Amino acid sequence: MADDVLLRAQGVRKSFGAVEVLKGIDLEVRQGQVVSLIGASGSGKTTFLRCVNLLEEHDGGEILLDGDPVGYRVEGGRRRRLSETAISAQRARIGMVFQQFNLFPHLTAEENVMLGLTKVLNKPKAEAREIATHWLGRVGLAERRGHYPYQLSGGQQQRVAIARAVAMEPRLLLFDEVTSALDPELVSEVLGVMQGLAESGMTMLVVSHEMLFVREVSHHVVFMDQGRVAQAGTPEAVFGNPESERLRSFLGRFHGMFGMV
Amino acid sequence: MIDYNFDWSVITRNWDRFLEALALGLGLAVVSLLIGCVIGLAAAYARVSGNKWLSGPVWAYVEVIRCTPLLLLIFFIYFGLPEFGIYFMDKTQSFVLTLSLYAGAYMSEVFRAGLSSIPRQYVEAAKAIGMRPWQRQRWVVLPVMFRITLPSIGNNLISLFKDTSLAAAIAIPELTFVARQINANTFRVMEVWLTASALYLATAWLLATLLRQVERRYATIR
Ligand SMILES: Nc1ncnc2c1ncn2[C@@H]1O[C@H](COP(=O)(O)OP(=O)(O)O)[C@@H](O)[C@H]1O
Ligand SMILES: [Mg+2]
Repeated sequence: MADDVLLRAQGVRKSFGAVEVLKGIDLEVRQGQVVSLIGASGSGKTTFLRCVNLLEEHDGGEILLDGDPVGYRVEGGRRRRLSETAISAQRARIGMVFQQFNLFPHLTAEENVMLGLTKVLNKPKAEAREIATHWLGRVGLAERRGHYPYQLSGGQQQRVAIARAVAMEPRLLLFDEVTSALDPELVSEVLGVMQGLAESGMTMLVVSHEMLFVREVSHHVVFMDQGRVAQAGTPEAVFGNPESERLRSFLGRFHGMFGMV
Repeated sequence: MIDYNFDWSVITRNWDRFLEALALGLGLAVVSLLIGCVIGLAAAYARVSGNKWLSGPVWAYVEVIRCTPLLLLIFFIYFGLPEFGIYFMDKTQSFVLTLSLYAGAYMSEVFRAGLSSIPRQYVEAAKAIGMRPWQRQRWVVLPVMFRITLPSIGNNLISLFKDTSLAAAIAIPELTFVARQINANTFRVMEVWLTASALYLATAWLLATLLRQVERRYATIR
């Protein structure tokens, strides 16, 4: 058991009504690693990320961040749900970037990045603005800091959303198909930003259908199928030696598109 | 009608009284709208709370107010409440209370629709950066809702302004009352009512124009 494990999921289960969507997920993300989740639509990738960030509550198993259970504490052998304040504090340590960007529509790019810094981390306005300027610069949007979301392209909005998430200095960043809602020509600008973050040592858990990117950037790839981890390993192993027919056929869909695997 | 000789001196002589009365009406509308927004917001949160002990009474309040003619409410609160031993109000306070309750019922519907129209994604984004529940309301939900509902808030202000003419019924010296007074003293029917109507029209139009400017200023949500 390496002690640099940042996120450990063990036997995570989650049902919506009678439908079990996660059927016991085991997964580890080490400090500084990029772990990618791949799998067909409906296999539970989004649900898993949402459980990690407490946007959903898992029903069974455990999710540990830095060794602390996410969403509850154990008291006298029993699980007790954390208070809303404690849950908010846990969420602040995990950043999330969504498929639909979800920028606050009433705030400029800069204000979007500043909001969490001033309200959650209680930083003074001036410092928050400096941090926002820095991160908007890093994602190539220094010039657009005064723009509202509706004045930005999808790719620019997504880069602001990434800046908003990293500016909080989270321990872990979650990405849920962040390029799926983008026009094809805007995908690479966002992937470029993510690659830069990965190279700078950010710990990332990424759901993506961009197989070239996944293969190039990930330390570890997890293939999910119908609520289970069907195969996991290095990109070479998963892409080069798919064990199951389902993984082979899943990857096969990307063949023609990229001429790879 | 054809023989009517217009004499506008009655207007110029009483111009200050017209303006004062107009200002009073506007003031009553604005104050009632502000109080009404506070009531409406609290009522809207009660309605969406999912707690029937909160939402039930609030629902009753909204329905009663919406189904009762405003003039009746004005009379009830001004003449009726003292019968129940509530004397603390002069007629202006009584009218502001009535109009605020009235505005509150309508604003609660506006805000309720506003609250439920806010996409869940914004709240989740606020959660994801670690904002606590009340912070999410204060810094994300309310500002977004305010912008969405701004046109309705504006329309309500204009309606309320016109409704202040009903205050004449309990002798509050707003425009309608003052016009009637001047009319009674001078019998210049046409001049007085034309002037009063023109003042209502011009003010309402000015308000609408002003509100459109404000809306444009806040139009960042598409
Ligand atoms: N809030 C929900 N209520 C009911 N079912 C849901 C909900 N969210 C997701 N699901 C179902 O859970 C399954 C997994 O969904 P999801 O996690 O979004 O998969 P993926 O991200 O891999 O496409 C799907 O069948 C989906 O319909
Ligand atoms: Mg998904």
